[in-house]
Amino acid sequence: MSFFKPKATNSTPRAPTKVPWTEKYRPKSLNDVAAQDAIVSVLKKTLQSSNLPHMLFYGPPGTGKTSTILALARDLYGPELRKTRVLELNASDDRGISVVREKIKNFSRTAVGNVSSEIRQKYPAPDFKLIILDEADMMTHDAQAALRRTMENYAKTTRFCLICNYVTRIIDPLASRCSKFRFKELSQESALNRLQYICEQENVEVEDEEVLRSLLKLTNGDLRQSITLLQSAAGFAPVVTKDILSELAGVVPDNIVSKVIEVAEIGNQKQIEKAVENIILDGYSVSELLDQLHDTLLTSVISSKSKSMLANTFSVANRRLVDGGDEHIELLNIVTQTAQALKA
Amino acid sequence: MSLWVHEFRPSNFAELDLNERLTDNLRQLCTEEELPHLLLYGPPGSGKQTRVGACLQELFGAGSRRIKIESRQLDAGGSKKLEITMVSSVYHVEITPSEAGNQDRFVVQELLKEIAQTQQIDQNAKHRYKVVVINEADHLTREAQAALRRTMEIYTSNLRIVMVATSLSPIMEPIRSRTLLVRVPAPSEDEIAKVLQSIAAAKRVSVQSDAVLHKIAATSQRNMRKAILMLEAMYAQNEQLTESAVVPLADWEAVIKKEAFEIVKSPTTSKLAEVRGTNYELLSHCIPPQIILRTLLLQILPLVDAKAAPGIIEAAALFDHRIRLGTKAIFHLEAFVARVMNVLSSR
Repeated sequence: MSFFKPKATNSTPRAPTKVPWTEKYRPKSLNDVAAQDAIVSVLKKTLQSSNLPHMLFYGPPGTGKTSTILALARDLYGPELRKTRVLELNASDDRGISVVREKIKNFSRTAVGNVSSEIRQKYPAPDFKLIILDEADMMTHDAQAALRRTMENYAKTTRFCLICNYVTRIIDPLASRCSKFRFKELSQESALNRLQYICEQENVEVEDEEVLRSLLKLTNGDLRQSITLLQSAAGFAPVVTKDILSELAGVVPDNIVSKVIEVAEIGNQKQIEKAVENIILDGYSVSELLDQLHDTLLTSVISSKSKSMLANTFSVANRRLVDGGDEHIELLNIVTQTAQALKA
Repeated sequence: MSLWVHEFRPSNFAELDLNERLTDNLRQLCTEEELPHLLLYGPPGSGKQTRVGACLQELFGAGSRRIKIESRQLDAGGSKKLEITMVSSVYHVEITPSEAGNQDRFVVQELLKEIAQTQQIDQNAKHRYKVVVINEADHLTREAQAALRRTMEIYTSNLRIVMVATSLSPIMEPIRSRTLLVRVPAPSEDEIAKVLQSIAAAKRVSVQSDAVLHKIAATSQRNMRKAILMLEAMYAQNEQLTESAVVPLADWEAVIKKEAFEIVKSPTTSKLAEVRGTNYELLSHCIPPQIILRTLLLQILPLVDAKAAPGIIEAAALFDHRIRLGTKAIFHLEAFVARVMNVLSSR
């Protein structure tokens, strides 16, 4: 009967694909959510009362917005029911006005079915559905406007959760229909705990306590980026050190930053041009360099007048870089302006 | 007969000899079971594409070299259609979403998702995932980048994304935080000279002295591709490379150099009108306006004194930004020239 045997038996069985640690260590329930205590305690209360307002989560990247709502959904419905009760839409789905009109409306229009008592014993399983609109700040204004009435009309059967980085990009009428939760940057302690936990689980050896701290500093407290970095670094070397981390994070080394400042302080125009050319050709990211220059210069001892001139230059340059301005010209401008500001 | 640039392009990690530390790190990553999403950035001609090729070779073996080019039609909302060319093998797909201009969001939403949702069917493939190479990632619109965010997370079991960009700045924070950033610095002039030497030896080009190779390396602004192309061009003109051989500039560079000289020599209204013709000419030869502006600036700067430089640089930064945002490049190029003349004559 060899005919029926799968053909590829001679190929070696593959190890199950490992998922990235950011997905693997996403909190499974609200209890696991690191920090954000205030928000978690409010949400837990809603778990008990089985009543949920429309929600708007906002805050910087990597602070646990998506993780929290996914954990809440899991706690509310359990794995079985979650498939039918939760609709997750993000910017990778088309979310034009037509989608709001059809997909969201259709999903929220249907009434919820009965729940078996088995599930009800384990989970609160309230009588409404949940629509998660991730990255809501990328929705067009029209699509947001179309949501307004939908949210109210179907409030009986559906709750919305909007997630975004910039609350200012959500139109006011929509924001006023939701209770807002601001996700503050993770406290260093809780982020550290999480990283340490992952290190233990994955048998990652770090050089010393300081490494994880510097990792958080590198990523400005962005936990997701920290975990991604940690995973890549662990793949590189048996023992994770500070140097490996900063190399992988794409930050500009400190000696380059201080060289830029030095050349701006005492160098002439020709030296500035040469230094800028070298930095560009070495491929360093100008926006990253700008960040670091900003951190270094605005905390150093220079006159307030220079500082305000610098702040002005940096903000304009940042905008232009994000818009896709030429890095070479921009850096040249930044350094010459810095030179002038320092001499003022 | 292929160009030397292609003929001598390294196809695997063993042949890559520049930036050894980086190469080793990448090779190490590729041998791991788990490859993160990658974002390679660095100046042109520094070997980003070559390294992507080497990664694919390491990951999937020779199969990644059997490529086909196909063009796909995508729905771009409503009745609109959108065509995009992609280069693909069984294991990977290479796309340039910026081809679609403002519609690149649909490429990410439709095409990437489709690739992500199909599993690798080859049972003997070394990895279960497919690799999608996104070229010119720094030209992706914000919408397209936003669309990438969750796709990158949800489909990680089927999909790895490798992005290639010259500049990191236009890539938004959430994408950066999901990828491993790999900086590819341009090779030094000595390194380029060494590579040129080995090519010259392989092609039996008689080189009188190494000085000429260093001269090529310097003129290429540490751009390997350009340097090799220059070498071939010089060889085509004259089979003997003498020490005094002139390294030819590209035509358009020579034109801009002359333009810069004219502007600095006589900053007058009549000259402004003359320069307009040159700029139109350059644009009609499909030289991107941002490159014209940068080259012009870099050619003007050595000609003016240090006091005038800050004003000129500031103007360049301003108009570069406007070229990027606006649609009519000639306005901004001309405004830049006028500003430069103003700075020069008011002193």
